[in-house]
Amino acid sequence: MSKLLLLADEAIAQGAIDAGISGVYAYPGTPSTEITEYIQSSIEGVGQQLHCQWSANEKTAMEGALGMSYAGKRALVCMKHVGLNVAADAFINAAMTGINGGVVVVAADDPSMHSSQNEQDSRFYGKFAMTPILEPSNQQEAYDMVRDGFDLSESCGYPVLLRITTRLAHSRAGVETGKSRKQNELHLPSRDEKRYILLPGNARVRYRALIDAQDSLMGLSACSPYNSLTIGTDRSLAIIACGIGYNYLMENFPNGAPFSILKIGQYPIAPMLIEQLADQSHHILVLEEGMPLVEEQLKGFIAQRLLIKGRLDGTLSRDGELNADKVAVALGLKKETPNSIPLVVAMRPPQLCEGCGHRDLYDALNFVLEEKKESDPRVFGDIGCYTLGALPPYRTLHTCVEMGASITMAKGAADAGLPISVAVIGDSTFTHSGMTALLDCVNENSAVTIIISDNQTTGMTGGQASSATGRLESICLGLGVEPEHVRSLVPLKKNSQQMQQIIREEIDYQGVSVIIPCRECIQTLMRKKKQNNQ
Amino acid sequence: MKLDIILCGVGGQGILSIAAILGEAALERGLYMKQSEVHGMSQRGGDVQSHLRISDQPIYSDLIPESQADMIISLEPMEALRYLPYLSQNGWIVTSSTPFINIPNYPPIEDIHQRIAQIAHHHIVEIERVARENQMVKAANIILLGAASGYIKGISYQELENGISTIFARKGEAVIAMNLKALALGRALTE
Repeated sequence: MSKLLLLADEAIAQGAIDAGISGVYAYPGTPSTEITEYIQSSIEGVGQQLHCQWSANEKTAMEGALGMSYAGKRALVCMKHVGLNVAADAFINAAMTGINGGVVVVAADDPSMHSSQNEQDSRFYGKFAMTPILEPSNQQEAYDMVRDGFDLSESCGYPVLLRITTRLAHSRAGVETGKSRKQNELHLPSRDEKRYILLPGNARVRYRALIDAQDSLMGLSACSPYNSLTIGTDRSLAIIACGIGYNYLMENFPNGAPFSILKIGQYPIAPMLIEQLADQSHHILVLEEGMPLVEEQLKGFIAQRLLIKGRLDGTLSRDGELNADKVAVALGLKKETPNSIPLVVAMRPPQLCEGCGHRDLYDALNFVLEEKKESDPRVFGDIGCYTLGALPPYRTLHTCVEMGASITMAKGAADAGLPISVAVIGDSTFTHSGMTALLDCVNENSAVTIIISDNQTTGMTGGQASSATGRLESICLGLGVEPEHVRSLVPLKKNSQQMQQIIREEIDYQGVSVIIPCRECIQTLMRKKKQNNQ
Repeated sequence: MKLDIILCGVGGQGILSIAAILGEAALERGLYMKQSEVHGMSQRGGDVQSHLRISDQPIYSDLIPESQADMIISLEPMEALRYLPYLSQNGWIVTSSTPFINIPNYPPIEDIHQRIAQIAHHHIVEIERVARENQMVKAANIILLGAASGYIKGISYQELENGISTIFARKGEAVIAMNLKALALGRALTE
């Protein structure tokens, strides 16, 4: 037992180690990355007592965890919210098969999109898949919920979703750790076990079982220590506060709130708790981070005697993260007007580092595209540091949608007749979801120019290992790209003429071209040099 | 007792080290603490901030509410102004004087200094110059902490020194000594 100063991400990681996991499966994604990094640098991780290597993407991560669970051992899966979109097929069907060794899936949401394309709410996935969901409101709960999550997973036989958000994931506070326990032994299900084979006959049985399990899951929520109902004296309002929403509520009532409050940290929602709260007042305010999941469930379409307030009626903003100030306004508490940001303050958007290889690529690409501007060329971008090429001074990219979309969108646009269709993708994004896209292009010999800007790392998330460093050419050749149209180069100023020539030739070629500018990320390079010096 | 501080600057300037030292000092006293930070973008020359909250009561929100920050400690002058909405009426701004110009439309530094001067409680500190003069360019952030130390109610100078010794323990005596000197130099600037 000890008290440590931990980010919620780190608390989850330590919680998982203490809960006896045999592996963590994950792909880097803000704000979840630090969970796996903590496990990788732990004694257990360094000592290879558990699996902690990065997966190629969130789907392979979820599947790897499912395999470990099948064999009887506990697995943690980590991803950001959009990563769950990628893992969805495996996650939803893991609830169909059920699990053996405990599985906890951490989805780290990003309300207000501090570094994401959207602010989707992972609780909907838990609801969709019909799994239990745990949602901590502070760092101590984050630690405790991992242990309890594995216990819950093993007792109910389903994966458990643990949902956090950026402001908790990247915030540090004191956490009391508990006793650690051993990993499970290998214990396989019976060879005749049918539930893992989702042929329709079996799947129908499993689905019925999943539906029937919901009542007992709601029963568990009803007596969960993470759901608590406090009766207040002021009956003009009653409040439901989910996860971190509870913090923003209590920040406004340091001496205790006058209203009745239902704090929710475990789903599926226990109807009984809602009924008990609704007995206290006709006005209910719902404070939840992300989307109005609980609010919508309460509201329905038909007007009721209960007035439900929240994001849907304008009491709170429909989008964007919560904070203590927004909650204060929703509660009608008097607030002084804060200072405004002085006009003299300019925006300071993130930029590519000085000396980054992506910069040299964009300079060369822009040069050639300028020559061809009569044809209105379009550049389809992807997710990584190189996405910053959409901003000044480069303004090269025209799209950035989701992982791997660059190549397949370029193909689709070429199918539609776009004369010059270029895709820019990073090495990690390519192995995450670009290989199947490239296969589609090769199968139809699409007129696309694909640029894999290889900095030999997963850069934007802090420099994690990239899955196929040194093997990109052979992968492209293996997928069937013609050897004379796989062009490698080193993106440096002194090579700019050569780069421009290669880009020119491959844009002119009316088939699949892959150009691979390759130079190590200067941040990871600097870090390696520092480590070698020490 | 409560202490709410916004730490800010540009990525790579050493804001989080300041947060770590203050956090260590709070821990030594058995106080409650929450410290939130921004990851990822910090390597890319964007603005960075950390909310540091210390209290003798349990802390709820990880973020400091608007108008409640007791201090803004900033390693970059324009960044200090970006967080003005968080500063309380009697709050202090202690900032480095040196602009970090990595955008084409960075305003004239005099305009920024002038705007800071309009705030009742402020110190604009030439930490870069002091750091250079004392051959401790890497400890400029600690000089800033020293400059702010007199206004950090509830944490003593000694506790900051202890925090430095703990945080830099792994880097050896020489590094600890340099940072303690940096703290003292900074303190002298605003005493």
